[in-house]
Amino acid sequence: MTIADVKSDIQQKDKPIGRFGSRTWSRIRRDWQLYLLLALPLAWLLLFQYYPMYGAQIAFRDYKPGLGILESPWVGLKNFEQFFNSYLFSRVILNTLWLSFYSLAVGFPLPILFALAITQLTGGLYKRSIQMVSYAPNFISTVVMVGIILQFLDIRTGPINILLKALGLDTINFIGLADWFPSIYVWSGAWQFTGFSAIIYIAVLSTVDPTLHEAAVMDGANRLQRIWYVDIPALLPTAMTLLILNMGQILNVGFEKTFLLQNTLNQSASEVISTYVYKVSLAAGIASYSYGAAIGLFNSIIGFILLFLANQISKKITGNSLW
Amino acid sequence: MAFKIHAIPVRPSNRIRESSVDRIFMGALYIGLGLVLLGLLYPMIYVVSASISDPSAVMSGEVVLWPVGFNLNAYETIMNYEQIWVGFANSIYYTVFGTLVNVVMTILAGFALSRMNLVGRNFFMFLFAFTLLFNGGLVPTYLLVHDLGLIDNRMALILPQAISVFNLLITVTYFRTSIPEELMDAARLDGCDDFQSLMKVVLPLSAPIIAVLTLFYAVGNWNQYFSALIYISDPDLQPLQIILRTILIQNQVDLSTMMDVNSYAARVSMIVLLKNALIVVASVPVLILYPFVQKYFVKGIMIGAIKG
Repeated sequence: MTIADVKSDIQQKDKPIGRFGSRTWSRIRRDWQLYLLLALPLAWLLLFQYYPMYGAQIAFRDYKPGLGILESPWVGLKNFEQFFNSYLFSRVILNTLWLSFYSLAVGFPLPILFALAITQLTGGLYKRSIQMVSYAPNFISTVVMVGIILQFLDIRTGPINILLKALGLDTINFIGLADWFPSIYVWSGAWQFTGFSAIIYIAVLSTVDPTLHEAAVMDGANRLQRIWYVDIPALLPTAMTLLILNMGQILNVGFEKTFLLQNTLNQSASEVISTYVYKVSLAAGIASYSYGAAIGLFNSIIGFILLFLANQISKKITGNSLW
Repeated sequence: MAFKIHAIPVRPSNRIRESSVDRIFMGALYIGLGLVLLGLLYPMIYVVSASISDPSAVMSGEVVLWPVGFNLNAYETIMNYEQIWVGFANSIYYTVFGTLVNVVMTILAGFALSRMNLVGRNFFMFLFAFTLLFNGGLVPTYLLVHDLGLIDNRMALILPQAISVFNLLITVTYFRTSIPEELMDAARLDGCDDFQSLMKVVLPLSAPIIAVLTLFYAVGNWNQYFSALIYISDPDLQPLQIILRTILIQNQVDLSTMMDVNSYAARVSMIVLLKNALIVVASVPVLILYPFVQKYFVKGIMIGAIKG
């Protein structure tokens, strides 16, 4: 409550207080300028975020661009059935799940470990240079990153294969082998994002009360024990929150990097839900908008359910949750 | 009577000596982090080296870390490669105007939503935050952009992504903690209405959040390629990232820009050099600005993380 609120409340005291009474209306009138400021962003939100949610109903229709959304015939769950019965269904879902879990298994602990390690160092050039260098790859664009990957793993000119040859081993056509795709995808992601993702953990660790560490040292704890008993519990809430957010993204293996790393040779491992949707709806000769919309909707709903579940589980186990 | 006082010897240094377990641990940590540092630098050094080495050395696998021979033809080719510069110009356009839209919209919404006494504030916050959990999907969004007539229009790369709710939340947190109600009251008592408070009181104090938002959005805008992929087919409007994709990943190189490539082998080796050089050129703007702006990014994350 501000002074202005109290003032106007006193003036309103004699007016009836309904649940949405005139006191509320006078507050709305008083704040009209704030609503004006909010108007443009709100309009954007409703148009570009909420209208597509309304448009997602074409998943239940047989959408024809000439007819429009409401005139296109209603077909119920036919598009979903088509997806579940398609021969690519299990492959696409499996690829998506595997890439997600693999990414999570690598991408979740590494920033934490990196943050714990960096925090052990006292300040100085070494610490700062490692940090600075580790943040840099985060800003490289996806296209450039894949470009680097392709050059680095090239079968003839790439250092990895040169090294293999020098050791007398066979060269490996990394980019053309489906079995290598998940590892390339995940570990290049680790190279690019670990440093930057660790910032949030480094920030949390910097707020840990130093007396806790001093007390631990007094009790005879060595560094490893201090990490286990002081640092890690401090990181737990943040880590859990990020983990929950990531769980909700399990089916959302990003389109961008996967699409760029894909080719006909590794497709059995690299076709994921997002690239499949793109292929059948926007890149196809005859676009199947309804089909693509159905898969996308399926994706979003599962993601929402997973997020909800992850939130509940985290609430039960660790007491931390998003809501 | 003389008292004998036994002096208890006190260790002169105040430092706590590390146990040997700790010293081994720290030693391993230093070495481990050193390896990490090398691992981070290696690919970047390789790409630079490969871009300036002699083409035949690169093809025969001699270039592993440092350059072998010296050849700047790749960079010369890039200088003459018109499509790349068209892409550069387009990206600058999208980054400048896109970021402008982004920052203005986010500040407007962030400020309004940060005022605790606004009726319906929770409702509006929920509206925004909900989109983090669920959205319409690729196809409905594409159809909307199409129906708005924005296909092959520059606005398709600016309008649909006008606000990032994640950045919005950081902004709301910032305004709520840095612009206390007392300040707004003082401004109001001085006769300011909300607009004037915004201009005269809030904005001057908003430099940090504006800086953070500008950086976050600018990087996002510069690096975006998916929107361009689905909304733009006109080559004159394509941002740099799409051009990069065409050359680096689809292997489609305009050979008329290359010089001295009379044989097939020379062409192939030159293309490899070109790709590496292109990676360098595309990353240079980002990596040059990066050290200067890095601390703002860190600050931005901290604002969002600790308080949000």
